[in-house]
Order: sequence, then C-alpha cells, then structure tokens
Amino acid sequence: MSSDHSNVSVHEHPPPSFGVPNLKLAFWLFLASDCMLFGSLIATYLSYRGKDQLFGNGPYPLDLFSVEVTTISTFDLLMSSVTMVLAVAAIQRGNMFQTRLWLGLTALLGAIFVGFQGYEFTHFYLEGLKLQGNLFGSTFYVLTGFHGTHVTLGVVWLLLVLATTFTKHKGMVTHLNVEVAGLYWHFVDIVWIVIFTLVYLMEYTV
Amino acid sequence: MASPAIVLPEHCSEEKLSGIWSWITTVDHKRIGVMYGVSALSFFVLGGVEALAIRTQLAMPNQSIVGAHFYNSLVTMHATTMIFLMVMPLSAAFFNYMVPLMIGARDVAFPRLNAFSFWTFLFGGLFINSSFFFGEAPAAGWFGYANLTSIQYSPGPGVDFWALGLQTLGVASLAAGFNFIATILNMRAPGMSLMRMPVFVWMTLVVQFLVILSFPMITVALILLSFDRMFGTNFYVPEAGGDPLLWQHLFWLFGHPEVYILILPAMGIVSEVLPVFARKPLFGAPFVIFSGILIGFVGFGVWSHHMFTTGLGPVADTAFSLATMLIAIPTGVKIFNWLATIWGGSIRFTTAMLFALGFISMFTIGGLSGVMHASPPIDLHHQDSYFVVAHFHYVLYGGAILGLFSGIYYWFPKITGKLMDESWGKVHFWSSIIGLNVTFFPMHFLGMQGMPRRVYTYEGGFGWDLWNLCATVGAFTLAISALIFFINLLKSLANGEQAGNDPWDGATLEWTLTSPPPVHNFDLMPKVTSERPFWDQKYGSTHGHDDTTEVAEEEQLPAEIHIHMPPASYWPMVVSFGVITFFGGWMIHPAVAVCGALTVIVGTVAWTFEPE
Ligand SMILES: [Cu+2]
Repeated sequence: MSSDHSNVSVHEHPPPSFGVPNLKLAFWLFLASDCMLFGSLIATYLSYRGKDQLFGNGPYPLDLFSVEVTTISTFDLLMSSVTMVLAVAAIQRGNMFQTRLWLGLTALLGAIFVGFQGYEFTHFYLEGLKLQGNLFGSTFYVLTGFHGTHVTLGVVWLLLVLATTFTKHKGMVTHLNVEVAGLYWHFVDIVWIVIFTLVYLMEYTV
Repeated sequence: MASPAIVLPEHCSEEKLSGIWSWITTVDHKRIGVMYGVSALSFFVLGGVEALAIRTQLAMPNQSIVGAHFYNSLVTMHATTMIFLMVMPLSAAFFNYMVPLMIGARDVAFPRLNAFSFWTFLFGGLFINSSFFFGEAPAAGWFGYANLTSIQYSPGPGVDFWALGLQTLGVASLAAGFNFIATILNMRAPGMSLMRMPVFVWMTLVVQFLVILSFPMITVALILLSFDRMFGTNFYVPEAGGDPLLWQHLFWLFGHPEVYILILPAMGIVSEVLPVFARKPLFGAPFVIFSGILIGFVGFGVWSHHMFTTGLGPVADTAFSLATMLIAIPTGVKIFNWLATIWGGSIRFTTAMLFALGFISMFTIGGLSGVMHASPPIDLHHQDSYFVVAHFHYVLYGGAILGLFSGIYYWFPKITGKLMDESWGKVHFWSSIIGLNVTFFPMHFLGMQGMPRRVYTYEGGFGWDLWNLCATVGAFTLAISALIFFINLLKSLANGEQAGNDPWDGATLEWTLTSPPPVHNFDLMPKVTSERPFWDQKYGSTHGHDDTTEVAEEEQLPAEIHIHMPPASYWPMVVSFGVITFFGGWMIHPAVAVCGALTVIVGTVAWTFEPE
C-alpha cells in the first residue's frame, strides 16, 4: 500500500468523492429502486381495493383479517428493528459477543414474522382465499408475498453475516457490512408498516 | 520529472490477459465495454434483418411473403431487439469504456457486479431470441398490451419468453445502474467536482437514475403478467374485474423514462463531439447539464401521453399534454446550446462531427412531430398510425443511433489504437442520412393518409402504394449503409492508420492516455482543475487559473508504485447463469427455477468470500 505517502495523486483509491462508502451508496440506491417496486405493488393493491364487492366475488378482507394476530406479528418485526440497531451499535464498539447475539436475535424475530405470515396464508387459504379466486386474493398474496420474500432473504443475509463473524476471513466482518444489512432490514420493516396500515388497518376505518 | 515504475499485480500480466477464458472472467471495465459493444452491434444486425423482412412484406399491397402472425413476431422482436439489445447496450458500451476514463478512475465501483450486468444482459438477449427456435417468437408488440398478452389471446410461449427475458434484462440494467451512479459520484479523480464532469458523464448519471427508478415498475407489470399467465391470477383479466389499463399505466410509467434512457446517452456523446471538432468549449455547459436533469425529472410525469385514446378525461389529458410540451423546452435549450457551440467555431467535418450534426437535425425533426402529438386532439388522429412510426424512428434512428455512431467514430481510435477510415465513414454517413429520410419521411404521409401501424398487409388504391415502396427502398439503403459501416469497422481494425494518444485534439481525460489505454488506466491519479483538463494542460487555462491538470510533478514520487487491480472471477457469469435459469426455468418446471435461485445464492456467497 502507498498510504504512507501524503500525496493524494499517488493514492490507489482516492477517498470516495461523495463521502459515502461505495457499498453503502449503492445500497441506498437499491432501496430507492425497491421503493418503486413496492410502490407499484401497493398502487396495484389500492387500485383494485373493493372491486370484488362490485362483482360479488368474495371472500373479502374483513371476512379473514384478524387484526390481533397481525398486530402481534407487526410488533415482532418492529422489535427486530430494535435488535438490529443494537447489533450495529455493538459492532461499532467492537463487541463481538453482543454483535452475534443481536444479529441472531434479529434473524430469529424475522423468522418468527415469516412464520406468522405462513400461518396467515394457510389460514386464509383454508377459508377460501385463493391466489386465482378474486382480485383481493391475487393482490394480497402477491404484495404480502413479495414482502415476505424480502424478509426471508433478509433472514438468510443476517445469518450469513452472523456466520462470517465466526470465520477467520479478515475484512468480512466489517462495521459497514453489518450496517448495510441493517439498512435493508429497517427498509423492509418500514415497508411492512405501510402495508399494515394500508392493507389491514384501513379496512377497519373506511 | 522521473516517472515512477508501475508495478501491476501478477494477474494483470500479458499472458494472463489473453485467451477466451480471460474474457469470460474479466472484470476490466474496458473489456466489458468492448463485449457490450460487440454484442449490441450483433443484435443490431439481427434487428436490421427483421426490419428488412418487415419492409419487404410491406413493399407492395396484398403480399404474403411472411404470414400475419410471423409479421407480428417480426415487429415485436425488431422493437425489442433495437431498444433493449441494441441502443441500451451500445450506450452501456460507452458508459463502461469511457466513464471511468473520463472521471479519472481505475475502474468502476464494483467491477465484478459490472461483469455480472454484462453476462445477464447477454443471456437475457439470447433467451428472448431463442424463442424463434422454440415454437413461437413474441408477437404481442414490444409494449405487450394487456389483455392481448393473456393466455386466451397469446396461447403460445412467445409472451413468456418476452416477459421473462425482459425481467432478466431488467436485473442487468438495475445492477449496472447502482454501479454507475456509485462510480460517478464516488470515484472521481481529485478536483473533478460534479460541475467539472464531462457532459457525457452527466448524461450517464441521469440515465442511471432513470433506470433504477423506472425499471422496477415494468418489473412489477411483468410479474403480474407472468402470474396471470402461469398461475391463473386475474390482474389484467376484465371478466374478473381486472383492468387492462393497469398494464398501460405501469408499462408507460417505465416506458417514457425509457425513451430518455435511449436518447440521453446520444445527447451526451454529441455534447462531447461538437466542442472538440468546433474547437470551442460547449456553449452554456451548465444549462445543457441542468436541461438533461430536468428532462429526466419531467420524464416521469408524462407517461399518459401514450394513453390519450384510452379516455382518461379532460383534466388528466390536459395535465399530461402540458407536461409533455414542457419537456420540449429543456430539449430546445440543448439544441440551441449545441448550435451556439458550433457557431463561429473552426469546424472540422470529420465523420464523428457529421454524425453529431446529423443527430441534431434528424432529432429535431423527430422532436417536432413529438410536440405535435403531445396535443390530445391531434394525438387521437396520430395514434396507431404510421405518423407515430415516423416520429419515433426519427428520434431513435435519427437521434439515438446517429449519436451512437458519432461516438463510435469519435472513440474508436481510443479503444483500438487505430483510426477509422474517414472516406468510408463519410459514405456511411451520407447513405445513412439519405436512407433514413427516404425510409421514414414518407411514413408521415402514410400516417396522415390513415395507414395503421402493425398491419401485415394492406389493400392497394388508398394512395399508400408509392410511399410504402419508397420506405422499402430506403430501408435497403440503410442496410447498405450499415454494411459499409461494418466493412469499414473491420478494415480499420485490421489495418487502420495508427491513431496516437490524441488524434482529435481532445479536451477530456481519456485522451491523456495511450490508445488503447493500459489495464490500470492511470499511472497516477490526475488532478483536475477545470472542466477541460487536457485542453488546459495543452494550451493553458482559459479560465484564469494558472495551474492546469497535472500529475503531481513537483511532489516527491516513490520509485515504484504498486497498483491494486481486482482479480478475474468467473462467479459473475455463474450468478448470471443462475438468474437466467431462474427466470427461464418457470417455463420448464418450477424445480428448474429453484435450481436457478440456488445457483444465484451459492454464487453470490462464493463471490463475497473471494479476495477482492
Ligand atoms: Cu412518452
């Protein structure tokens, strides 16, 4: 490395001109892109909302939703954001034990959320909500299914980050890697808040 | 000053960089750029052959050289190929090769992700085209309107090839988008502030923002389509309450920004070429840059001008009409800035310059007809007629493709070290201009006379016969001009004149390097003090700074510099293979798709653990 020379022009990698590390910047851009993805899915859901009633083609949301169960799973996902924050804080302090603990707990809470969703899907399916049955079924399963896929991939990712903390691979277990995984995790969490509000809670108000 | 010795890592040695394996595993932005270029030009030939088949079929009334259904496949694949497999990847070739050189970087931010983008694009393109050998090529139009694409109306596998292939291309474009924005924002050489970046780099930046924000919408549109076709959902099925217009909204929310994804790179190239051959700086460069940004922004708010005939109501029509006309303002600003750039310059009419001038004039014609159908009452008459075909071919051939040709003639010497033959280049230019006007200008008349587009034949006696024949003659002229181009390209590659480092007396950083540039691009990071760094270095600054671009001359340099270069890797190609297996797999069996997904996951993990 040539870092012992103070001359900027000799440096192999000049510092990021934008002040944000490449990985983090690219990840923010990915999240912007993912916003458009979920935006389109949510817009599709909303534009078809209530249309089944016109066609007399049930079951309808209120026949199926159990706001208590979904509130618990939402709470679970919110808590996973808290543990994610603690994981990032722990690796910043260089505390490996706590990093592993909070990463593992975040993945566990994420997995529990996916479990809730699996339960909900099975329950709704048995109650007669089919993917092909009506517009509510199509839009609901596709929207929440995509979110569930995001959470599942997030759990896999967190477990991979956790696994790297046990390898001798230098440079893998960086603060940045945990932080970027955290960005993704918080994003997925925020998207769920929007979905929970627009898909579930709105049924009880309007 | 004594130049320090440059020490490259072992994997950059001469013998490690030859042979096919070195291309398959390369992560060098320059080689990836060349591969994008070669693939795009190959697809250009394919799309051109499809165009010739279309024009042959339409040369005279009541012909049946190709059948109705195959004709539909031809128009669908011609458009899909030219947009996604020719103009976009040829632009990507220039992004890849030139952007790091122009901003003074050794590579892009994520070299392996860059290789992944290329292979994913290539596999996606081959996948869509393989449909010709598997029963049925897509035939529902490049816009794939619902519910023409439903199982009921398109029972063959063509639409699945199209939808899944486009998803694959979308993955490639998105990955490239994140990569290039990070590269441009983060990897600039010291002193290369945003406003000192070449306009081509700026346009690249705008294009990549358009890509990452617009592609997710077509991703969703295509996911819903594939669910309808494969799992029997009802997103676009009217009988079950689905709305075919949902497709049109999602598609054009992507589709209009896509128009700027196609044209802004050419605008960037022209903004580089004109100043060099007029020996003047670009007139009002900040205005050209901000116009490009404005075009990008407003481009997201005009999609429904493709949907005036669907009956959105007067309020929506007015709003979208106004927004569309507004875009003509920044576009006009650019055109006047280009004209002011050549005004009073000492102009050299090289082939690159001719193509840039051709771009301005032809694009203006296409832009003017664009403003015409921004008005809903006029659009009601233009919709689905040949007038629209005339419009977008002036913008895409006369605009995007002429601009890209300009870029090829301009940068070919840098990429290959050889000059392209200028006399053949000029024959190519004039035959292109004549060919494209003879082909596409009569289509204005055909549209005005009511000839609908996308029909495979027509009756004689409507006054369409002459203009159709004329367009066909023009199309073959264009084919000959393309042939001349390819002959020139190969001849110049084999025994073209040596170009030297700076054949055009350029102003930007890429001309400071040897032709072709070394693997590591820059020995020392350049220090930039103006928007024309190389020009100022050669002729002194015109801005009143006394120091110009220089490479750390007074400073103490070490005797040798060890340069870190990323090693070659086959994992990007493996992951790309996983992506295409995932998407294509749905057509065979879900288990195949699962295998593809697993390949992606395993490949990505292996990739992360590789030393960088
Ligand atoms: Cu448009």
